[in-house]
Amino acid sequence: MATQHSRSAACMMMAPAVVLLLGWMLVPLIMTLFFSFKKYLPLRGDSLSDGLEWVGFLNYERFISSGSFWPSVQTTLIIVLSVLIITVTLGVLLALLLDQPMWGQGVVRILVIAPFFVMPTVSALVWKNMFMDPINGILAHLWKFFGAEPVLWLSEASLPSIIIIVSWQWLPFATLILLTAIQSLDSEQLEASEIDGAPKLKRFWHIILPHLSRSITIVILIQTIFVLAVFAEIFVTTGGAFGTKTLTYLIFQRVLDSQNIGLGSAGGVYAIILANIVAIFLMRIVGKNLDA
Amino acid sequence: MGRFVLDKVSKSFGDAQVIPPLDLTIEDGEFTVFVGPSGCGKSTLLRLIAGLEDVTSGTVNIDGKEMTDVPPAKRGLSMVFQSYALYPHMSVRKNIAFPLRMAKMDKAEIKKRVEDAASVLNLTDYLDRRPGQLSGGQRQRVAIGRAIVREPSAFLFDEPLSNLDAALRVGMRLEISEMHKRLATTMIYVTHDQVEAMTMADKIVVLQAGVIEQVGSPLELYRSPRNTFVAGFIGSPKMNLLKGAEAEKHGATTIGIRPEHISISHESGMWEGVVGVSEHLGSDSFFHVQCDAFEHPLTVRATGEVELNYGAKIFLTPDLAHLHKFDADGLRL
Amino acid sequence: MARAVTNQRKAMNTFFAWALGLLIFFPILWTILTSFKTEAQAISDPPIFFFFDWTLENYKAVLERSDYAKFLWNSIFIAGGSTLLGIIIAVPAAWSMAFVPSKRTKDILLWMLSTKMLPAVGVLYPIYLICIELGVLDSRIALVFILMLINLPIIVWMLYTYFKEIPVDILEAARMDGASLRDEIIHVLTPMAIPGIASTVLLNVILAWNEAFWTLNLTAADAAPLTAFIASYSSPEGLFFAKLSAASTMAIAPILIMGWFSQKQLVRGLTFGAVK
Repeated sequence: MATQHSRSAACMMMAPAVVLLLGWMLVPLIMTLFFSFKKYLPLRGDSLSDGLEWVGFLNYERFISSGSFWPSVQTTLIIVLSVLIITVTLGVLLALLLDQPMWGQGVVRILVIAPFFVMPTVSALVWKNMFMDPINGILAHLWKFFGAEPVLWLSEASLPSIIIIVSWQWLPFATLILLTAIQSLDSEQLEASEIDGAPKLKRFWHIILPHLSRSITIVILIQTIFVLAVFAEIFVTTGGAFGTKTLTYLIFQRVLDSQNIGLGSAGGVYAIILANIVAIFLMRIVGKNLDA
Repeated sequence: MGRFVLDKVSKSFGDAQVIPPLDLTIEDGEFTVFVGPSGCGKSTLLRLIAGLEDVTSGTVNIDGKEMTDVPPAKRGLSMVFQSYALYPHMSVRKNIAFPLRMAKMDKAEIKKRVEDAASVLNLTDYLDRRPGQLSGGQRQRVAIGRAIVREPSAFLFDEPLSNLDAALRVGMRLEISEMHKRLATTMIYVTHDQVEAMTMADKIVVLQAGVIEQVGSPLELYRSPRNTFVAGFIGSPKMNLLKGAEAEKHGATTIGIRPEHISISHESGMWEGVVGVSEHLGSDSFFHVQCDAFEHPLTVRATGEVELNYGAKIFLTPDLAHLHKFDADGLRL
Repeated sequence: MARAVTNQRKAMNTFFAWALGLLIFFPILWTILTSFKTEAQAISDPPIFFFFDWTLENYKAVLERSDYAKFLWNSIFIAGGSTLLGIIIAVPAAWSMAFVPSKRTKDILLWMLSTKMLPAVGVLYPIYLICIELGVLDSRIALVFILMLINLPIIVWMLYTYFKEIPVDILEAARMDGASLRDEIIHVLTPMAIPGIASTVLLNVILAWNEAFWTLNLTAADAAPLTAFIASYSSPEGLFFAKLSAASTMAIAPILIMGWFSQKQLVRGLTFGAVK
């Protein structure tokens, strides 16, 4: 498809991006791997220049066997799964609704998409204080209006609170992508099925949902990667307390709070492996799409 | 000037050789058409001449100068693409002026040349429009305008008419032929349509699987196709290629007879057959006749309006002076 | 599907869609409304929706905090700088991959994407350490680079998908017309790709503006952008709802507006071209 001239020009022009990303990926990754096999507690006088003690897989074992590991995995999974179920289900319904003829469609679209553009620290704070505050929060007022006892959201229902906040942030993403996918559905196909006499629900199950399956998979994979890494929402609201310590947050605490770099790095390696498992599936789909 | 000499030019994409080494000379001022079925390498060959692709081996020589490694921008050729490839963000005027701007010509000269080209091509009223606002035929003219303003040593056309509807295509065909007569510049034209090749070319190059099957004037190819492929490809409707006992009578593996070289009779003739589907064009009538002697039906032409009923029994006689004989390898005997 | 739909149907759709739309938008709306209340009205029971004494006091109070301008400037600098740098590096790379594809192009694209999947927390300490070693901890430059790198795959991908839509023919026509590679990119490719480049810029400014892992962990007093500024309200100050709202509104308003303009491109950018 091209000549030698353009091919050598192409190599030159691609080099900066490739070299930078390669460095960005490899250098920290190798360092993390290196630290994960070392005892490295800067607060207790360990330092790189004095050399670090090799401890083999001790950090890996300790990270897994620590009392907070499995709860953090559980928390992470609960958050990821709940957010996925909520956003995908509501996203499909919302997308179907928004695809219908109505007045002011553009404005509704804008309203629905807005939460995605709110920076995580803002949404976490707004929810924490103005909605979930047990005295002055809107939800407390609402509960009182119906005669119920206000919920102490972030301490007593901490996990659902985080899930609500994160779902609110990601619902627009799911909706927008699924709406785009629905709109790309060939209307002739739908009309044909209508002429064939397929009732609405059947049309949804047999034509719309299969058409959406690829987009739903993409939504699931991308959200999984981002929600696995949720940080600011927890940092600002509970600080990892009340059973909201995710794997990401646990590693963060090991590294920056308790300054146990070796242990944190071993945790980091686990997180990288976890993310990669999800990533492989996503890459397959995106890769297939490249061939098309 | 525009004389091209390709010497042992070949092209491979990875392991796949699309053009085995071939030699070809195109004389200055000639209208040469590369014709062949899709995927025969005709467009690739044109792109090798243009410099849009590197040759894998061999040399490309233009007007006595070795051009094999010269980038397309410096070969002094113009090209009209199948998609027209107009710059969508520029007005018609800017599109036509683009090659002149790249050549750093002065503004007044550019303006003059663009307006001259526009008036020749009936584009004067459209100079300030964008390509998106033009019809297919007009876009085609803009593409041609952009090619002629720079007065290239040769024009390259890559299936330029295939995106036009049938009526426009005939008109544009004439216009391009006329342009060639007026400018007397070398033109190399790629098409899969043998009618375009026959009507426009001084010289036709028939390609199949990257190999040149035959080079010659349209009538040379019509009269004496070198092999069964060329015989079947040139001429419309296609030549009847027949095998079996009848062919052996003439000392050949395959015999070929064009539909226009067969006469029809109700009483007697060489081959007896049954009339199948008829196609009436007014000036000509074509009949598909199933003969006992052959596996496949023959196509037969009759001049003017001739009525033959479906299923009617008739006799066919080939004009032996126009009988083509081919050997087991498909080569002309 | 241009068909007459009964107005009744349409009215019902409209009602439900607006109700849900407003419900989803409510937290933002509430924040904006609260930012115009006095602190007392902000926590009044029952809550007041529209009929309060509209005031700009909170904005004044937030702006008077001596450091607000600095946070804002840091946000602009980091988001703008990382996007600009990213575009400069990505345009040539995307040109190469879109128009001079080789067998490795697909692998390179997917590999670039995979770097985006690396969990930040896994490499937090190394990056932290490198920043200290280079003396760039809590500096805008470090964040410009880091955010450029985490968004570079998205920039390359978006540009790649836009460039792919430009017919190669047109670039080849330019070559035949005597254009050099430079002319080709400046006079033909870039003007044709302006809409794509613009939406790429927009999306990446949004992503960089809202990034809240590296900006929270690698900045302190000097380079902290608005994400950190807002996070600082998480303790007692957060109880001043009206001021918190004013600060939040100022932090999200520019991005909200940009986001609305880029919503169509957002899909393509965030799904790496897999959904268009």
